[in-house]
Amino acid sequence: MGMSLQQIVFGVLSIISIISALGVILSKNPVTSVLCLIVTFFTIAGHYIMLNAQFLAVVHIIVYAGAIMVLFLFVIMLMNLNAEIEPQKRNWLKYAGAISGGALLLVLLGALREADVTPIQPAASDIGLISNLGKTLFNQYVVPFEVSSILFLSAMVGAVIIGKREA
Amino acid sequence: MNIDWFFILEKIVLISGVLAVSLLVAMYSTWGERKVASIIQDRIGPNRAGFMGLLQPLADGGKLFFKEEIIPGNSNRFLFILGPSLAMIVACMTSAVIPWGDTLTIAGHTVSLQIADINIGILYIFGVVSLGVYGIMLGGWASNNKYSLLASVRAASQIISYELAMGLSLIALLMMTGTLSIKEIVEQQRHGGWNVLYQPLGFLIFLVCSFAECNRTPFDLSEAESELNGGYHLEYSSMKLGFYLFAEYINMFISSALMASLYFGGYSFPFMDSLGLAPNLVTILGTAALFIKIICFLFFFMWVRWTIPRFRYDQLMRLGWNIMIPLALANMLITGAIVLYRSTH
Repeated sequence: MGMSLQQIVFGVLSIISIISALGVILSKNPVTSVLCLIVTFFTIAGHYIMLNAQFLAVVHIIVYAGAIMVLFLFVIMLMNLNAEIEPQKRNWLKYAGAISGGALLLVLLGALREADVTPIQPAASDIGLISNLGKTLFNQYVVPFEVSSILFLSAMVGAVIIGKREA
Repeated sequence: MNIDWFFILEKIVLISGVLAVSLLVAMYSTWGERKVASIIQDRIGPNRAGFMGLLQPLADGGKLFFKEEIIPGNSNRFLFILGPSLAMIVACMTSAVIPWGDTLTIAGHTVSLQIADINIGILYIFGVVSLGVYGIMLGGWASNNKYSLLASVRAASQIISYELAMGLSLIALLMMTGTLSIKEIVEQQRHGGWNVLYQPLGFLIFLVCSFAECNRTPFDLSEAESELNGGYHLEYSSMKLGFYLFAEYINMFISSALMASLYFGGYSFPFMDSLGLAPNLVTILGTAALFIKIICFLFFFMWVRWTIPRFRYDQLMRLGWNIMIPLALANMLITGAIVLYRSTH
């Protein structure tokens, strides 16, 4: 069976990302969960690189692994959450979680079964490269881009105000 | 499969070479630090091991290897070991995108003295730098010690705060050069002037931030022995402590190389294209020029350490958020206006 280098890399990346994603929800220790999530982010960044979207890959790592997960770690470490002091969840909560999760799975399966996914030719598409992405953002999508930046600004102002009130 | 074996061999040799040189420079930075300290404090410094104490780093390393290795009870063993390993790996990873020289021609093959010339080089460095926090945070938390945890939280918030100003100062540079590839930035400086002439404020901000990113004095709050009994590596001993200390020196070396490449022309030197020498010789001279610039920066790092006292933590935060970030924003605005003006006129 002839497998191209790309398929091998894709397979390895996918297996690691599924295992580490399972690790996030199955591990008892919150710090281990965070570390597994970071590994998952890295494998997803690897997928981006395979799609020739290097900019997305790096920004994904900077924003998620480099900033957001550090904040998660901060909170978990300072609250000193441990497996021993984790509150026992009620049984009905577990059942409710399982049922709603299963329902979501069904919906996703139904949606994806009928979906017509055209294969992407990674090498042919250069949209993920930074100059193309920038040109697209600032020519074709300049209004949504500016609107979302205002949204970010208002979120920042809100965060500062909440922080100020406490002090 | 059609694999270019020469290419693979070239990259393996280059990667090992760069790693070896980084480790060597970091090793002798510890020696340099002690010598610079002794000169500034008017004493002799290490002079017993070898000529002028040149074997001192080897003696220090050997000592660290033979020290007893202690892993504190009730600590998370895996994370405790992962911390220093991550710090070391992350410190070594950045060297991949720095152009250590132009191209050499060996037996008809053109060999670039850069491991990977990716078109997002600067963003890659940001990604790696932002991961540097994990080594410190995991180590501090896994030690199961309040002082270590406090120090690691301090270090992490310091690194995150100064990363912002650092990024903003770089955006101004990117607007000017129009590329994210470090190699291209160096090539532009080879034909034009050094970027520090056009971006003096940006360089100053970048310099201050790299002191904070490397946890160097006057921003070495994470290892303030007077208030925290040592720092995030309080519980570490033997070579695991050595890794943390060593990673700091590698970080210093890499940020010196980065500053030299981004603002001081990298491997280019004045009149390099009008000397009329063989291209290979010019490349080697260029690499030598880059290392001279790096050594100047390393000396500057040490000079500052033995001259300026440590900041208080609130002063550090105020400097980062109230002075550095607004300055970087203003620098970005001015650069943007000038770039726009020059592109329309």
